[in-house]
Amino acid sequence: MSAVVAEHDDHHDDHAHGPAKGLLRWVITTNHKDIGTLYLVFSLAMFFVGGAMAMIIRAELFEPGLQFVQPQFFNSMTTMHALVMVFGAVMPAFVGLANWMIPMMIGAPDMALPRMNNMSFWMLVAGISLLASTLFMEGGSPAGGWTMYPPLMLQTGKALPFAIFAVHLLGISSIMGSINIIATIFNMRAPGMTLMKMPLFVWTWLITAFLLIAIMPVFAGAVTMLLTDKFFGTSFFDAAGGGDPVLYEHIFWFFGHPEVYVMILPAFGVTSTIIPVFARKPLFGYSSMVYATASIAFLSFIVWAHHMFTVGMPIAGELYFMYATMLIAIPTGVKVFNWTATMWKGSMTFETPMLFSIAFVVLFTMGGFTGLMMSIAPSDFQYHDTYFIVAHFHYTLVPAAVFSLMAAGYYWLPKWTGHMYNEKIGQLHFWLSAVSVNILFFPQHFLGLAGMPRRIPDYAVQFADWNMISSIGGFIFGASQLLFLYIVIDTIRGGTGEKVTDEVWEDAHKHGLEWTLPSPPPYHTFTTPPAVIPTEHI
Amino acid sequence: MSTTDTYYIPHKATWPVIGTAGLLTMLAGFANYLNGSSIGPTMMVLGLVIFIIMLTGWFTLQATESESGMYSTQVGISYRMGMMWFIFSEIVFFAVFFGTLWYTRNLSVPWLGGEGTGAATKELLWPSFDATWPTNGPKALGVDESGARKFGAELEPMGAWGLPFLNTLILLSSGVTVTWAHHGLLAKNRDQLIKGLIATVALGFLFVSFQAYEYHEAYTEMGLTLGSGIYGSTFFMLTGFHGLHVCIGAIILSVVLFRSWKGHFNPENHFAFEAAAWYWHFVDVVWLGLFIFVYLL
Ligand code: HEM
Ligand SMILES: [Cu+2]
Repeated sequence: MSAVVAEHDDHHDDHAHGPAKGLLRWVITTNHKDIGTLYLVFSLAMFFVGGAMAMIIRAELFEPGLQFVQPQFFNSMTTMHALVMVFGAVMPAFVGLANWMIPMMIGAPDMALPRMNNMSFWMLVAGISLLASTLFMEGGSPAGGWTMYPPLMLQTGKALPFAIFAVHLLGISSIMGSINIIATIFNMRAPGMTLMKMPLFVWTWLITAFLLIAIMPVFAGAVTMLLTDKFFGTSFFDAAGGGDPVLYEHIFWFFGHPEVYVMILPAFGVTSTIIPVFARKPLFGYSSMVYATASIAFLSFIVWAHHMFTVGMPIAGELYFMYATMLIAIPTGVKVFNWTATMWKGSMTFETPMLFSIAFVVLFTMGGFTGLMMSIAPSDFQYHDTYFIVAHFHYTLVPAAVFSLMAAGYYWLPKWTGHMYNEKIGQLHFWLSAVSVNILFFPQHFLGLAGMPRRIPDYAVQFADWNMISSIGGFIFGASQLLFLYIVIDTIRGGTGEKVTDEVWEDAHKHGLEWTLPSPPPYHTFTTPPAVIPTEHI
Repeated sequence: MSTTDTYYIPHKATWPVIGTAGLLTMLAGFANYLNGSSIGPTMMVLGLVIFIIMLTGWFTLQATESESGMYSTQVGISYRMGMMWFIFSEIVFFAVFFGTLWYTRNLSVPWLGGEGTGAATKELLWPSFDATWPTNGPKALGVDESGARKFGAELEPMGAWGLPFLNTLILLSSGVTVTWAHHGLLAKNRDQLIKGLIATVALGFLFVSFQAYEYHEAYTEMGLTLGSGIYGSTFFMLTGFHGLHVCIGAIILSVVLFRSWKGHFNPENHFAFEAAAWYWHFVDVVWLGLFIFVYLL
């Protein structure tokens, strides 16, 4: 395969601009790396804010009875925890990675629409601020669940319009970010970087961006109708006026199911990027990975009502959504197979990013299996709205989406900062997280099967033991994440002191253009496109 | 024609933050207003002012850069992709309300009337509810011919063949005039460009005025309001958001008109014109959907 000649001519680029001076740099920047950093730092902060809320939830559930908080506040916490984690932590973290990596991976000078890039970040901050402001309002912040079902949601106090407008702002932010990503990928690739040579991270983000543009307006429409139902006398979700509250659920889940894939597809991309490097083999089944991702994205639009099996749908609907949902297991299986086959007979090493990625494969598969269980409509009547589903989606989100973010962090931090992180603490962070996340979420399967409902501050004594174990796991998991915070700060400030090479990981240059750049890369990279591109990731 | 081959990357941007601040102030103000707080309206006006300043500033900046040849063909492609996908997201937004109309009209209202598995629903909730369309829902009480009480009062739907049909003709002609203007631009006939745009903008505002008149009629003469059950909800939501988009489109076209009058654009380089025209056609097509599904059927 061809050699890599990456030209980054910043040194003799006389109109090269450095960053602006002082704090203002971060406010008015249009640089994809700066904006990527902003997104990542913001999402890390939100990860801890949302995490603190989770700690409140687990503390209250440590024992039966009411110990620390009022039920209303407890419900606020479950609602806000979900909204902050989904819209403030996981999604922005992936957008941050996209900003940093996509231009470097495809040999582009920057994102296609740099001004809009800046705006989508600040819209995110505006949206989350509006949402967070509800914590201090009369009537408390929204407590009707992140799904915001009417009529319950309409009982929210002063927070309601703020939460709704927060959704609008977050939607605008996501749509702008996605448009930017699509335009960048379609219009900014270096010559020779054909679509089927793109790293999978780029592919998964391309598909995710399409999903986002197709679903964020749907969510915006749904909450707009909530707003008019509450304040302008409409009756979209009110049977007395001829509307139907179930309609809201359909609209919400038409958004909501693809939304969960928005959080996992880029994670698939990260995993497909990292495993080959540490298995020292090209990714197994590159094109099948692309097609599997596209199929998952397509299927995600036609399975939404598996969240509504108990709502009273016609039997034909139950059956259709059951079988359609099961279909998703096929492309998902393809992916898991390919990751495993990539590792097969590889000469593997187990640095922190690889550990997190392997844990991703194993634990995501767990979440996929419980998903499959719930896709069986008659069984789901038992699982629905219990802790079983809480366990399901936390397996797909925490040891999957969040672990892949951790993996990405460890994998690219040396590239971003030019410093090596402390591998010992990294491994400690991994093992503490991997063990405690299972102590935290595995017992929730048992609780759910035994009938413990979700979103309640108190429970029958028969659930006490597993809840206590789950909470202990939760506290260990929460505390372990402080290690990650420490490592990130430490690495930025010099890490182990070891100067990292351009490719950081052994032979990484075979796996992506970013490893042909200096660590840290110059403020502007690829102002002229790289002449030849590596093809070995195929 | 582009005079450059490098991809233009601006190095600092102040308008995005200002715009965000404006929008945030506006929305926070609106939320306060809805909660009955007195600072709401002030915040809304303040936010709107900031937002308009941002739009003016940002548009001016882009226009200046474009006219001084800073945008290569590749930059132009990025802008076109951006506009295309923005319009796509708008289409999805409208699809939600069309979907709502379809669902309530064909599924949930008949269920309330006892269709399908809804027999018990009807019996237990509103046994004498007549599931017809248009409906303002079971909560509206009425009296039938024999004088008996019934649920779901008579509701006069908005007719299709009066103003709405006229508005259809207006929007369709505006689609023609904007295309005529485009031909003028391509043929370097600035006079035709400007006249075409003036006609388009004028037709756009005429449309909006007719619609305002229609709303006035609905509220004062027909008793048809946002509160008129599901018919009123879907009717005003769909036509209202569409009307808002006509206004936005007309404003964008006005900016393009202003720029044409200043001598901007040439046959090779007129992204702003194209974007405005695309947007206008999108608004046009949505209206056709409205005319058929809201008024006609
Ligand atoms: C392997 C494919 C999957 C299948 C078959 C599946 C199936 C399901 C089903 C049937 C439910 C509804 C359970 C109920 O409410 O009774 C559900 C809920 C959920 N799933 Fe999955 N799932 C899959 C993958 C994922 C992934 C990858 C994610 C996220 C990254 C995810 C996130 C969620 C969430 C967040 C909920 C709960 C939403 C709520 O009610 O708050 N799932 N899943
Ligand atoms: Cu789902």
